Amino acid sequence: MKHRYLKNVATLNLACEKCIGCGRCAEVCPHRVFSINERKAQIVDKDPCMECGACAKNCPTNAITVKSGVGCAEAVIIGWFTGSEPSCGCSSDEGCC
Amino acid sequence: MNNEKSCCCSAGNCSSIESITPYDKNDKWVAGELHTAKGKVPVISTKLHFKDILGAWKVRWGIGRMNYKINPGLYAIGKPDNTSPVLVSANYKLTFDVLRKELSGINCWLLILDTKGINVWCAAGKGTFGTDELVSRIMKTGLSEIVSHRKLVLPQLGAPGVSAHEVTKRTGFSVIYGPVRAKDIKAFLDSGYKATEEMRTVKFTMWNRLALTPIELVGAAKLSLTIFGVLFLINLFASRPFGLSDFIAYAGAVIMGTVITPMLLPLIPGRAFAWKGWLLGLLWTLGFIWYNGWLVSEFLLLAIGYLLVLPSLSAFLAMNFTGSSTYTSFSGVIKEMKIAVPLIALSSIAGIVLVLIKSLMA
Repeated sequence: MKHRYLKNVATLNLACEKCIGCGRCAEVCPHRVFSINERKAQIVDKDPCMECGACAKNCPTNAITVKSGVGCAEAVIIGWFTGSEPSCGCSSDEGCC
Repeated sequence: MNNEKSCCCSAGNCSSIESITPYDKNDKWVAGELHTAKGKVPVISTKLHFKDILGAWKVRWGIGRMNYKINPGLYAIGKPDNTSPVLVSANYKLTFDVLRKELSGINCWLLILDTKGINVWCAAGKGTFGTDELVSRIMKTGLSEIVSHRKLVLPQLGAPGVSAHEVTKRTGFSVIYGPVRAKDIKAFLDSGYKATEEMRTVKFTMWNRLALTPIELVGAAKLSLTIFGVLFLINLFASRPFGLSDFIAYAGAVIMGTVITPMLLPLIPGRAFAWKGWLLGLLWTLGFIWYNGWLVSEFLLLAIGYLLVLPSLSAFLAMNFTGSSTYTSFSGVIKEMKIAVPLIALSSIAGIVLVLIKSLMA
């Protein structure tokens, strides 16, 4: 059964005019958000995007932007208490991931 | 660097070769060593021993989880030569074990990055499985003098931390992203670096989810000890002390949030994790109240109190599973929390007040 998280929240954006159709985004996306058609990337379905940032990091022309971060409630709560950016608190024995 | 294993020149046959990667010969997973132009490289067994399996079980339960790692550096599988593929991975021992057991019969190099004992995907998110570490590890191991080709195979889930084009610019090595799962690596190598759509897609099977629940349970148990301490103090002057039935009600709500919700995740209606947990917590609490016959006026206050507090607890614990899941986005989690956290807090406080009234003034 397919997992679906909240709709219309992903901050993913693709500037088609900058795309050179290298296909890296489609290669790295863990949820198959991109496809390449006629040497241009396109976003097939934005909702499965989990904002991991792999596509943006590997786009040689910076055509992709996404506000990447950890989709982890515990990290967000720790961030609230410590006043820091939420990140996986893997330094302690507890925590996510 | 990494010359901790000093070369023993006393025997007179010193080859002046030092180890590229420090290792302990007594480790069961070290099968031998290989000499390269840059020094010795440990050869890795592709079989798991009892100790490896026990180690995996322990970290799943949170025992020594943050210190389960191997030395970063270069390792060999089989008898690799200068044309053999180079696979890149993390120095979390669990990751290393999952990878090497899939590599029997293959000759390749393993370039292990220092991810501080964190798995590839999480380390990539933090940036420790990243461009800089990869570039410096290539330099430190002298990889370009050990292999004649200029290709690296990275796990696809390393991509959030690594910028492939930057690695190429800085080292000359081109990056090929391999499959998500180690079990597909053989097919990927055999097919000339072709990954199918299926190999490129992250899944989250019931078995995957179940493997993550022990750590959730351990976390909840630690929190529970504090709660039990407070309840013990309250019991000292309560007219209705907390007892076994309260414990069962509580434990059921915890298990709903930490085990059952993760297990049944896609089957539970709705999308937000807190909602899913709340729903199961509510079903549990309703069932429990009905079974105990608490729907009479004498116990009504307690019943309502528990209906407010226990599903909220399940909701909170289920919400925390977002961090373990493979598909929640930061924006989504923030949206979920903005609604769920205030509701959970209000409902819990109201519920706690009612339960305490019943318990102290019955």
